[in-house]
Amino acid sequence: MNALLAFPVALPLAGAAFIALTDDSTPEELKDIPAMLVAAATTTISTIILIRSERVTLVHWFGGWQPRHGLAIGIGFVAEPIGAGMAALAGLLVTGALVFSWHYMEEAPRLYRVLMLVFLGGMSGFALSGDLFNMFVWFELMGVAAYALAGYMVEELGPLQGALNFAITNSIGAFMILFGVALLYGRTGALNLAQIGRTLAGHPADGLVIVAFALLASGFLVKSALVPFHLWLADAYAVAPAPVCVVFAGAMSEVGLFGLARIYWTVFEPSFAPNASAVRDVLLVVGISTALVGAVMAFLQRHLKRLLAYTVISHVGVTLCGIALLNGSGLAGAANLVLSHGFLKAGLFLACGVLLREFRGVDELNLHGRGRRLPVLGTAFAVGAFGLIGLPYVGTFLGHSLLDEGAIQHGHAWLPPLIMVAAGVSTGAILRAAARVFAGWGPKRDPLLTPEPPEEPPEEETNRVLMVTVVVLFVAVGICLSAVPGLQDRTEHAADRFRDRHAYVERTLFGQAGTYGPSAPVVLHRATGASIGYGIGATAIALATALFGLFRQRIPATIRSFGTRTLEPAVDGLKSVHTGIAGDYVMWITVGTAVLGGVWALTLRGP
Amino acid sequence: MNRTVRLGLFAISAAGLAALLFWSLIGLPDFGHYHWPYGKLLNAVAVNERHTTNVVGVTVFDYRGFDTLGEEFILFTAVVGVSLLLRKDRDERVLRDPVRSDGVRLLGMLTVAAVLVLGLWVVAFGYVTPGGGFQGGVVLAGAFLLVYLAGSYGDFEALTPHTPVEIAEALGAGAFAVLGFVGLAYEGAYLRNFLGIGDTGTLYSGGSVALLNWATAIEVTAAMVVLFSEFLNVYMVPVADWRT
Amino acid sequence: MTYLPYAVAAWLFLVGLYGVVSSRNLIHLALCLSVMQSATYVLLLAVGYKNKATAPIFRGIPVGHPAVDPVVQALTLTDIVVSVTVVALILALALDVHKQGHTVDPDHIAGMSG
Repeated sequence: MNALLAFPVALPLAGAAFIALTDDSTPEELKDIPAMLVAAATTTISTIILIRSERVTLVHWFGGWQPRHGLAIGIGFVAEPIGAGMAALAGLLVTGALVFSWHYMEEAPRLYRVLMLVFLGGMSGFALSGDLFNMFVWFELMGVAAYALAGYMVEELGPLQGALNFAITNSIGAFMILFGVALLYGRTGALNLAQIGRTLAGHPADGLVIVAFALLASGFLVKSALVPFHLWLADAYAVAPAPVCVVFAGAMSEVGLFGLARIYWTVFEPSFAPNASAVRDVLLVVGISTALVGAVMAFLQRHLKRLLAYTVISHVGVTLCGIALLNGSGLAGAANLVLSHGFLKAGLFLACGVLLREFRGVDELNLHGRGRRLPVLGTAFAVGAFGLIGLPYVGTFLGHSLLDEGAIQHGHAWLPPLIMVAAGVSTGAILRAAARVFAGWGPKRDPLLTPEPPEEPPEEETNRVLMVTVVVLFVAVGICLSAVPGLQDRTEHAADRFRDRHAYVERTLFGQAGTYGPSAPVVLHRATGASIGYGIGATAIALATALFGLFRQRIPATIRSFGTRTLEPAVDGLKSVHTGIAGDYVMWITVGTAVLGGVWALTLRGP
Repeated sequence: MNRTVRLGLFAISAAGLAALLFWSLIGLPDFGHYHWPYGKLLNAVAVNERHTTNVVGVTVFDYRGFDTLGEEFILFTAVVGVSLLLRKDRDERVLRDPVRSDGVRLLGMLTVAAVLVLGLWVVAFGYVTPGGGFQGGVVLAGAFLLVYLAGSYGDFEALTPHTPVEIAEALGAGAFAVLGFVGLAYEGAYLRNFLGIGDTGTLYSGGSVALLNWATAIEVTAAMVVLFSEFLNVYMVPVADWRT
Repeated sequence: MTYLPYAVAAWLFLVGLYGVVSSRNLIHLALCLSVMQSATYVLLLAVGYKNKATAPIFRGIPVGHPAVDPVVQALTLTDIVVSVTVVALILALALDVHKQGHTVDPDHIAGMSG
């Protein structure tokens, strides 16, 4: 039994308790260090687990309770490359955020560090767990830490609104998950994922299984903020402190999708096998609508963090499309997108943190041209944005090309062009902001962009060189990810293993360790024509969007007024849905769950 | 988006959701006919394997003890979060606000004593008879709240000084995590039992279950006391303004 | 009659959800979330119930006597703690909102939108 698997959870939790105890007695200069060390140690261990899991899936039964005759009586952790990779990514992002926030959080820094470590423990637990209720526990732990972190700046109404909407909507998502867990337990008498899957496998899907899946999926989709469950995210990410946003955007948003993939492949796949296309099509629609809505809403923002929050939503939509394809390439593409987006977004959010400290605001129009004296930051920001497009061997290229391959393989050739549009528009919004802030292009007024209440960042001496260095590092790693030799083969193998339910069951319940051959070759595959075309197309759309955003006034008046007349109702309608009121958000969650459940009720029944 | 539209859309989709939920519930086994092996197995083996008669308790602290670690830290995190969110509202002014009736105070003193004993008993025998760290911890915290209700806010504050309570809370949560590591070091699995399992039906049974039980009780009591203290303090501020 | 406990669980869930959507007061909203959570307790405990069985406490009762499922009780215990924490956080946020905005009406605290 692999004892190492306990550490990614137990170490940050014990560390958090330790810091809560000793922080008052630590000398002022060293206060940030214990948390950073714990986070770094956790990341190292998660990485070791990732490397080891490439050879064989690692299993650890807590309390020593091994399964008896295929019946799991304890809680098990199962480490395969994708889950272990998720845990390692979370660790890296938390460590980076803690380094960035060296002396950045001047209010209640002890509580901030404790919450970040607990958050890391929760995410690692969720990624590694093999037990459905255990996954729920870590999901809630992550959530509780996140609600408090989002509302950190309690003296302004904005963060409180964001934290409340976050807490209310995600709690409802959690209750739906719990309802689904109770239903599955009633049907199978098991909480272990492998065992539930095994028990359900022999039988066709009936009402209980379909509704349980719809509830679980809705709960996870709320966490990952997909349409129409996405409304809370912009409110929360716009107001959370920048290092917290790093972890939210890079790991927390993706964790819901991971959960969805995990339960589909381990629990529900055999029951839905005759009608898998229903699952695929519904999730593809959700994913692509999210990608497009997120991109358009991003374009309509002037609050930089809110803009980035909507691009997070857009990217999560694209990632869901990868998972929704239900094949190996799509899943591998999704995994790579999570990786590259994680680092690039981290860099962009941290850059906003620097802007907030330097200029005491993150409003794009108010910051017009003031970023000119921060050329390094501006370059990193622009480079990070370009990384999001998917030019060959840069940034998100690997993820997008695998995803497109998966889509075309399955006859969904309509998907890549739509994703290209979404990625182009969302990146264009970021580029527009970058050009306006760091280069002074474009006008200083733009009524299309939604104004938000101003923020009052606290006064504090911060180390700008350190902060900019962390930004540059994150962006650099994110940019280079598609050029790592061997990554494509490894993620493709990992995706195939993730989808292999039989091997998972044999390994966890019966201890049959299937080893996975020699390591994949460390080569870099040639970019296909389609993926190069995609990259060029997305770049063109991004540049066009950015230029449109900046220089709209120069379009001849007749065309402009025609455009305004046709598009204005749609834009206003879209904006009016995002009201900032929790009651509306919960109503949309109900609508979404009912629609998902209703469509699947009609399409997923029996053979 | 006005309320009418919101409620209208909600009504339609809630009707759909209701239909789905009721449809799913039909697929459950009849109420009262639980027949799955997981629960039956635990009921059959727990007493022999750990010599504890409360199977729920040993499930919480041993078979599914890892869930309880998460739960402990959820409570810990929520308390940290509430402290974080209410940090601006703390008022250190001393306010007595005592209860004036002697009868209530006398009754209160007796009740506090009784509740304390009850709480300690529920914790101590948690793995023998119904009870446990969580349940007993909440009862013990209730005893502290009774001090405020039947006595005065000043007494409550005096009995629950901020730092020792927070230390107790962090200690309880940390102890749970560390005990897991001890299990890992001695027996090869995190949270594995590393003490002798003693005699069935006595206080000396269950092995590390007893230790985890007490760590939980300390943590839950301290956590609830911090929550009460934070919220009471916010409540007392306008009362202080009004009374002075 | 055999499905009544399950139906109660579903009903509680829906009523709580309605309360959240239509709420005018954040305290009320937090408690509606609590009602929704109770729905899950009822469902879990109902799923584990066995007719003519005792509690899974074997003091004075021989092992092997029919007892209800201890696992769902452990799950419900965890669930209750989760509920306490969420309600505590939302109440703390409500207090802060009242201090900053002098209202606890969730419909009137939206500073950010669009």
